Amino acid sequence: MDKLPLHIVRRPELDRVFGLLRDNGYTLIGPTRRDGVIQYSEIRSLADLPVGYSDRQGPGSYELVKSETPRCFGFVHGADSWKRFLFPPKRRVFGASRQAGPQAPFDIDDLRSPPPAYAFVGVRACEIAAISILDRVIGSELLDPYYRQARDKMFVLAVNCIEPGGTCFCVSMNTGPRVTRSFDLCLTELGEEFGVEIGSERGAALFKQLTSRPATAAEKELFRLLLERASERMGRHLETEGLPEVLRKSVESPRWQAIASRCLACGNCTMVCPTCFCYNVVDSTDLKCRKAERWRYWDSCFTLEFSYLGPTSVRYEISSRYRQWMMHKLAWWHDQFGTSGCVGCGRCITWCPVGIDITAEASGFRETAPPRAVPATPQQAMPS
Amino acid sequence: MNIPGPLSQKPRLAVYKFSSCDGCQLQILELEDELLELAGEIEIAYFLEARRQALPGPYDIGLVEGSISTPAEERLIRQARKDCKVLVSIGACATAGGIQALRNWADIDEYKKRIYPRPEWVATLDVASPIAGYVYIDFELRGCPVNKRQLVEVLSALLAQRRPHLPTYSLCIECKRAGIPCVMVARKTPCLGPITQAGCGAICPKFNRGCYGCFGPAETPNIAALGRFFQEERNVSRPAMVRMLRSFNGYLEPFKTSSDDYEQCIQP
Repeated sequence: MDKLPLHIVRRPELDRVFGLLRDNGYTLIGPTRRDGVIQYSEIRSLADLPVGYSDRQGPGSYELVKSETPRCFGFVHGADSWKRFLFPPKRRVFGASRQAGPQAPFDIDDLRSPPPAYAFVGVRACEIAAISILDRVIGSELLDPYYRQARDKMFVLAVNCIEPGGTCFCVSMNTGPRVTRSFDLCLTELGEEFGVEIGSERGAALFKQLTSRPATAAEKELFRLLLERASERMGRHLETEGLPEVLRKSVESPRWQAIASRCLACGNCTMVCPTCFCYNVVDSTDLKCRKAERWRYWDSCFTLEFSYLGPTSVRYEISSRYRQWMMHKLAWWHDQFGTSGCVGCGRCITWCPVGIDITAEASGFRETAPPRAVPATPQQAMPS
Repeated sequence: MNIPGPLSQKPRLAVYKFSSCDGCQLQILELEDELLELAGEIEIAYFLEARRQALPGPYDIGLVEGSISTPAEERLIRQARKDCKVLVSIGACATAGGIQALRNWADIDEYKKRIYPRPEWVATLDVASPIAGYVYIDFELRGCPVNKRQLVEVLSALLAQRRPHLPTYSLCIECKRAGIPCVMVARKTPCLGPITQAGCGAICPKFNRGCYGCFGPAETPNIAALGRFFQEERNVSRPAMVRMLRSFNGYLEPFKTSSDDYEQCIQP
C-alpha cells in the first residue's frame, strides 16, 4: 500500500479540474439532485454537485437524504447510467426525402451529429465495468459509430465508492468498489480532501496543472481502510460460482411462474440497467409521403413486440420474459460476450416498482435446480 | 390494422362525434403545424366541430370519437361503417366507453330521474359502449384525450398505406426513456404506469404524479401483482383499487373484470 501512487488535492481543486476540462472542449456530465433523485446532467462547478446528500436504497425504494458529513459524492447512483449519453434512448438514424410522387427518386440525409466530448464526473467502478461490457456488445457487435466516437472521446473522472448503497453487490460481481481500470483520474474522498489516482496520460496531463501533494502513509492507510470497509458493507450478495450452470438447469423451474406472479413486465429493470442494450428501429413517414425518418429507441425484452415472430410474440407469458432477461444477463451473456451481463450496481432492484431482487431470485434457483442440465435452448444462439 | 385498398386521389375524411366531451376532436384542431398540410392531402368532408358544411359520403377515412349511448347513435355508427372505407376509433370513449361508461355499473333510470325533469324523454341504451361493440373497427387510437403525435402517425400511415407504429407496452418504457425517475420508487406514489399503455409521453410522472391510466391497459398488464403491491405496501384500499381501475378506461378489459373482482373482494 505504501507504493500506492496516491496524491492529495484540496476540495476546491475540483473546480479547477472542471474548468480545465471545459477549456479542453469537454461537456461535463455529473450527478445532480433533481426531483429528489440523483440524475446525471450537465454541470459547471462544484456547486452543481449534490454536496451533503446521501441515498437510501432498497428493493423498490429510493430516498435522498441530507447527510451529516458534507461529502461531494456521498451517494451511489440514481436510475440514470452513462448509457443514456453513450447510447441515447432515442436517436434519429437517418431521413429520406423526395420532391414528387411514389416513382420519384429520393435523397438520404445522413446528418448524424457527432457526439460531444463528454467528461463524465463521478463514474463508479461498477459503471466502468458496465461501459466495458457495452464496448464488447455495441462496440463490436452492433458497430454503432455514435457510441464508438462518444466512447473514444470521453474523459472519465471516476470516484471510489466508500459507502455502498443498500442494493449494491459489486463485490459479488468482482467489479468494485475500487476503480482499477479505464479511468483518467480517480477521486477518493478522504475527509475534506480528495485522494487522486492517475489512470491515463490525459489524466496525468490534467493533474499536472493542479496543486497537489503526495499522500502520507496515514492517508494511504485510510484509503485502504475505507475501501476495505466499503467491500464489507455491500447491501446485497450474489453467489456467482457456477451460477450460469444453475440457471441453465432451471429453465423449466416453477420458480419463473412464482416470479411472474409479482413481475409487472413493465421493463423498468431493463431501462435502468447500465448494460441492457436492446433497441428497436422504427420508421415513420409524413402526411405528404415526401419525408421518411428512421429512429432508434431503447427497447426491452419485456415488451411483446420485442419477441414478435411471424404472427405472434414467442414470449407471451411474463414468466418467459423474466426468464429471458435473467438468463441472458447471468448465463447466456457469458456464452455470447465472455462476461456476465450484470455488474452488481443494484439499479434493477431499487427501480423495480415492486422491488423484485435479482440476487434473491437467482439464489432461489440454487435451492431448486435439478441435477441434470436442460439441453441448450435456441435463445443461446440469438444476439439478445 | 388491415391496410385498406387504395384510397381516393384526395382521400375524403369524416370525423364523427358520439357521447364524448369533444376533446379528441380538439386534438385534431390542435395539430397547428400539420393542419394545413393535412387539409392539402385530404378533403375534410364531414367534421362538424370544425366546419358547418357537411358533404355527403362515401368517405375514405372515418375518425370516430365518443361512445355509443343512445339508439340514435347506434343507427349513426352503423351508417358510418357503411360510409367509410377505414374506420378508426379515437380516444377512451370510442375505444373503451369512456368516463360515461361508469353508468354501466349504476342504475340508469335512477340517474335519469335525478337529473332530468322529464326522464321519459331521454332515450338511452342500457350501457355506454365502445364503438367496437357495434361495428368492425380498423384501428383504435387510445387516450383521454388522444395524443396528437399518434394521431398524425395514424393518418400518415393510412395515407402511405402502411401500418401505424404505436406502442402497446407499458408507460414505464416511455417514462424511463424520457429520464423521469420512477414515482413509485422515489415518491411511494401509486402509479398505474406499469399496467397502462404508453403513448401520452408520461405527462403525469413528469409532474411527480402517478399515472391515471388514460391510455388504457398495456399489452399484458399484471393487474393482480400491482394491486397486491398497492394494497400490501401502499395502503391502497379495495374501493380505491376499484376507483383507480374504473376511470377513463374502466369498461375495457381487463380493467373491467379486475375492478369487478376488487369490488367483490376477489383477488384478481
